[in-house]
Amino acid sequence: MNPATAAILARDIGAGLAAIGVAGAGVGIGHIFAALVNSVARNPASRDQVFGLGILGFALTEAVALYALLISFLILFG
Amino acid sequence: MAAGPSIDALGQFRLATSLGPIGASVNFTNANLMMVLTAVLVLALFGYGMRARAIVPARTQAAAEMGYEFIARLCEDIIGEGWKPFFPFVFTLFFFILFGNLVGLFPYFFAFTSHIAVTAALAVIVFALSIIVGLVKHGLRFFTYFVPPGAPKLIAPMLVPIEILTFLSRPVSLSIRLFANIVAGHVLWEVFAGFMLIVAAALGLAGVAAAVIPLAINVVLVGFELLVAGLQAYVFAVLTCLYLHDAVHLH
Repeated sequence: MNPATAAILARDIGAGLAAIGVAGAGVGIGHIFAALVNSVARNPASRDQVFGLGILGFALTEAVALYALLISFLILFG
Repeated sequence: MAAGPSIDALGQFRLATSLGPIGASVNFTNANLMMVLTAVLVLALFGYGMRARAIVPARTQAAAEMGYEFIARLCEDIIGEGWKPFFPFVFTLFFFILFGNLVGLFPYFFAFTSHIAVTAALAVIVFALSIIVGLVKHGLRFFTYFVPPGAPKLIAPMLVPIEILTFLSRPVSLSIRLFANIVAGHVLWEVFAGFMLIVAAALGLAGVAAAVIPLAINVVLVGFELLVAGLQAYVFAVLTCLYLHDAVHLH
């Protein structure tokens, strides 16, 4: 296998491996919204307050997924 | 083994000078043009929107007032006492980022928040503001912020470097969160659009029919990108308010 093909192969494998990191964020975001639904179910009056916190938590967790995705894109296209 | 047709996913973020020869002489890029457009749109919404000055607002005035109240409530809830001096800054930040993200969604327009330079500049401004406000308000007692309250004094030497590191990671995470969200959304669009063209070119008539699938995904992504545009602006504003709360109140 010539070096050019090997480089492309390594790059694609690296990008695939880097993208595994988003799995953790999937678990985390599911956890946040499970807590959100639970707390609204216990106390429906708190919905407006808790919803803002839930969205903030979702965005912060999503950010970590996007760090991993960014690395993957940088490997694949940079 | 030859590589297949590749999709140029990151080329859409390249800067190009706009406004012809005048723009080329001062290096006025498409990102700058979009920033000017964003500023004009925000001014138009609030300038024209509030012109009617009706007690019972019509559509545009209601939209402008809702935007104002949203940020005012956000600042008051999160910053707490002494929120008013920071309200114009958070307001400007939120609407600049929101309209910047939204303007970038249109075809042939440019998302200037997709550049780390822009988001890093905004994040560094927020970080520097929080440090300056903390130092001006509390003097050198600002550095007691790094000793978390209620922690036993024995492990403080271990906690303080971690706290400082967390503090220093704020501009990094703030800038990368916004930049990565916008870049990821636009790259997904470009990649699925590339799929459409590749499938249509490779499989002929069946390919054109099959290309509807990436098109449908792109349509769903439009909705997702609208959500991300608003959400990332909101998160940037909320985190700014949180950092200002920490600076003003030291926990």
